[in-house]
Amino acid sequence: MTWQLYDTWVVITGALCAMACALPGAQLVLRRRSMMGDAISHAVLPGVAIAFLITATSDPLVMLAGAVVIGILTTFLVDLVQRAGRTEIGASMGIVFTTLFALGLVLIRAFADDVVIDPHVVIYGSIELSYLDQTELLGWSVPRGAVVNGGALVINGILFLLFYKELKLTAFDESLAAAMGFRPRLVQGVLMAMTAATAVAAFETVGSILVVAMIIVPGATAWMLTDRYGTMLVLTLMLAIGSALLGHVAALVVPGWFGFEGMSTSGAMAVMSGVLFVLAWVCSPRHGLVAKAMVRRALSLRIAREDILGLLYRYEERRSEDSSALSVGDIREAITLPRRVVASALRGVRAAGHVVVESDRLQLTDAGRSAASSLVRTHRLWERFLWERLGLRPDHIHGTADRLEHFTSASMIEELSEHDEGEDPHGRPIPPAED
Amino acid sequence: MLADLPNDWWDSFERALLLRDANTVWVLAGVLSLGIASGVVGAFLVLRRRALTADAISHATLPGIAVAFMVMLALGFAGKSLIGLLVGAYIAGLASIAAIVLIRRTTHLKDDAAIGITLSVFFGLGICLLSFVQQMPTGNAAGLESFIFGKAATMLSGDAWLIGIASLIVICIVALFFKELGAICFDESWAAARGWPVLGLDFLLTGLVAVMTVLAIQSVGLVLAIALLIIPASTAMLWSQRLLPVVVLSGVIGGFSSWLGAMISASIPRMPTGPVIVLVCAVLFFVSLMLGRRGIVQLWFLRLRMNRRIDRQHLLRACWEILEQDESGVIDIRELGSWRSWSDPRMKRILRRCVARKLIVREGDRLRLTDAGRVRARQVVRNHRLWEAYLIHHADIAPTHVDRDADVIEHVLDGDLIRSLEVALGSAAGAVPASPHAIGGREPA
Amino acid sequence: MLWDVDLDVPSGKLVTIVGPNGAGKSTLLKAALDLIPSASGRVMVFGKTMKQQRGIVAYVPQRESVDWQFPVSALDVVTMGRYGSVGWCRPVGRRHRREAIEALDRVGLADMAKRQISQLSGGQQQRVFLARALAQDAKLFLMDEPLASVDAATEQTIIEVLRELRSQGRTVVVVHHDLQTVTDYFDHVILINMRVVASGPVDEVFTSEALRQTYGGQLTILSEASERLARSSDVKRP
Repeated sequence: MTWQLYDTWVVITGALCAMACALPGAQLVLRRRSMMGDAISHAVLPGVAIAFLITATSDPLVMLAGAVVIGILTTFLVDLVQRAGRTEIGASMGIVFTTLFALGLVLIRAFADDVVIDPHVVIYGSIELSYLDQTELLGWSVPRGAVVNGGALVINGILFLLFYKELKLTAFDESLAAAMGFRPRLVQGVLMAMTAATAVAAFETVGSILVVAMIIVPGATAWMLTDRYGTMLVLTLMLAIGSALLGHVAALVVPGWFGFEGMSTSGAMAVMSGVLFVLAWVCSPRHGLVAKAMVRRALSLRIAREDILGLLYRYEERRSEDSSALSVGDIREAITLPRRVVASALRGVRAAGHVVVESDRLQLTDAGRSAASSLVRTHRLWERFLWERLGLRPDHIHGTADRLEHFTSASMIEELSEHDEGEDPHGRPIPPAED
Repeated sequence: MLADLPNDWWDSFERALLLRDANTVWVLAGVLSLGIASGVVGAFLVLRRRALTADAISHATLPGIAVAFMVMLALGFAGKSLIGLLVGAYIAGLASIAAIVLIRRTTHLKDDAAIGITLSVFFGLGICLLSFVQQMPTGNAAGLESFIFGKAATMLSGDAWLIGIASLIVICIVALFFKELGAICFDESWAAARGWPVLGLDFLLTGLVAVMTVLAIQSVGLVLAIALLIIPASTAMLWSQRLLPVVVLSGVIGGFSSWLGAMISASIPRMPTGPVIVLVCAVLFFVSLMLGRRGIVQLWFLRLRMNRRIDRQHLLRACWEILEQDESGVIDIRELGSWRSWSDPRMKRILRRCVARKLIVREGDRLRLTDAGRVRARQVVRNHRLWEAYLIHHADIAPTHVDRDADVIEHVLDGDLIRSLEVALGSAAGAVPASPHAIGGREPA
Repeated sequence: MLWDVDLDVPSGKLVTIVGPNGAGKSTLLKAALDLIPSASGRVMVFGKTMKQQRGIVAYVPQRESVDWQFPVSALDVVTMGRYGSVGWCRPVGRRHRREAIEALDRVGLADMAKRQISQLSGGQQQRVFLARALAQDAKLFLMDEPLASVDAATEQTIIEVLRELRSQGRTVVVVHHDLQTVTDYFDHVILINMRVVASGPVDEVFTSEALRQTYGGQLTILSEASERLARSSDVKRP
């Protein structure tokens, strides 16, 4: 892989484009309206085509105006179809954007073929060629794509800073915003116009359909990673840069693995944003699959450990002097959790010094006995409570108490202790509280 | 636009219509069966509120097509076997559904984000793979790109047969599970309570949707494939609210639009088939939005009629109330004007309509109720006063307030409601009770 | 659907709206706030229209009205209560944040300030909403079922805060469902069931006769007529 100035500019252009799209996208994701981004980016095509047909120029400002108008029209039409046709929002969006996209294709094919819009660009974008199209900016020669997307990013950035709290509030609680006079519908309209303007700026760079990835994916990924609105926006921007950089690197490196020579950079950017999403999905510290699985596993381990202690305690309570202690096999049989969990729970209680194992027989230590007695206390207090206060039948309460005993806080035990009459409904003693 | 039309466009239209052109025949047959089956399946998709899932499926087929092409090439088959490509597309479509369901189940993201992510990332992957295919010696784009925007004109007899048979099978399956699919669309929990396998039926529906999407991408392209599924169905739902008519109508609309779109495309140059079909669907939809059951036009008429009826009833009631106090049987038009706060032109308009309906006779500035007018007026006044009495005696609302409420409600009181009012109030049928409050400045009797 | 509401709510009192399900309690609050259109009539707050008085009215919606997965902390939500006084385009300052922390403290959630809102219990979420209304520093509070399915501790906290508000001379209107506690908690009661059955001081109005009228069966004719009116206004809406 050889890195040249060309590659740097491709990454910069891609990153500016992705960041510009991702900002309004993050808001759309939070509002559960991501697919509006999809609808608007499809609608850009006829907007550009109609603007060209009317004015017969390919002045970027005219195109931009056309796209913004059609973007707002999309929102309006979706709303109209939804209300007048009593159609579900998804179907309304589908109807409107396919219609507009088809209109765009027909117009281009019939009147403007190969003049303004190359269907190839609609799909692939032309990020690879953006370096060739240079323009002057403050005396520097810069790719035009970087200037256009950078402009969109700057405008979006300013709007997001200026309306930081308005956007946050209207996305979270529309009725409070309305009651405070913040005009949620106006804010939403501005957001849609922003999305449309950004989509048309990005359209030439990454193509009309891959814009959707730039709009939705970074915001959704950021939401997997954080619980703060501000942090989420910053992360969204960083993820956008990451997708652009990784995307171009992948476009340079990956084809070599399979003996090909090149790959669409904008396609690779979309795939990389997806890869980053999957990484966040799996590894996010709080919402990730791994984190969630670990929490679940830790919980079932704790339950298994507590069940082992309880089992040994109750067995000690009942057994006569001469009968032998429980074996590991007995424990496995009595606890209906997977073998793997029970085995590691056994290791856990031994490591904690609660249980000793002598020739396959399990014995509670003093520390283990005191831990077990407070567990059994909780269990029997619950049984007492369920029987006495809720009037449940004594033969129905064991299962409930068995589950509740693992989730009882100190303050709840205190409250339950008020019903401590020394015996549970089955006549077994409630172990006294220890301090 | 019409100026650009070639002079012989009608000839080509006629040729297509009369099926003179062998190629066109296959194209028409293909899109017709495609349109019908898509419409039928789409009806359930839209009723199940899953319209956009199909969008994700169609975009996600691209990597499947590319991989299928490469695999077939590697195995030594010609890469362009349509069936092979469609199998690849189908597998990728199913993978996208799995991705959507997984994201929805295991994260706090909802349907919208799950669909958007899946759609765009799969499509991006497809674009990457397409750039590989283009570099392959036999690849030369292999026409795979035509799957994005569709190219119905290239449809061959074999393709049309494939689409036709597959569509027929799909329609048969729908017919077989009609009742069950309908149940999960209208009331999922009821279906579950009946013991029907909701999950399995959902799976079946999604599978059918994936089949139709995959079949559609060849002719209308993957970007527009969902249009064939959702626009005819949404159009049908504007005309009926019952399942069978919606499904049948949706199929008919889908078939007709596809046929007409293909005809237009065949007769006018530079008209891509897929987009034209979608535009025909869209035109039908928006026309139905205007003219359909409870469509914009119908609602406008209903509103107009209702407003006129309300005006008429107010006028008649005012006449009755005046006559109650003035035994002469003649109403002065100026007095009527002061009764309600109507502008002069409006009042004249309402009066004219009442005269036209032979409810009122006008002689200069003096009005008289006809017999029919008397009956109507009596009925309106009675409804109004019964309602007032009800509000006063049963809802404890002050007599000074009931007039405004009754003013609104008197127009929607029908026979049933009047009878329950009579029962509640114990009033005799037919009699007009006296007003409980002052009318026109005079105290109640 | 509510018929003929003509109410005077006394200022500086704890007022409750009580009635059976579907009686129109929430509708009344929302109509008062202009969040839903009402057929006719207007709402005056301290002699001015609701629009002019937005700044001094705080609304506590039902808990289900927002997405609790939204990436904001309890403190963020409470700070939103200050947005109205910050105004368009101006950033939230340290002072506003401090006021928000004070409001959180008053409902006993100061140590939960940094928690993401879905990690709070139902009762705590309700208290966050209350704190947000407190941060608005309003003169009139409209609360939609703040005591619905909350734990005993939350109920006590909320009631203490309400009494404190009263002692500061503010007016609180609460939609409430628990008849047992009406006399303990409130000064003034409005009984509604599709129309106002009675309104006045609790010890005068909250009688078994008035309750029988409120809960003693729906007035089916009223609800049928409402339905028909709603259908006809479907036609009216463009």
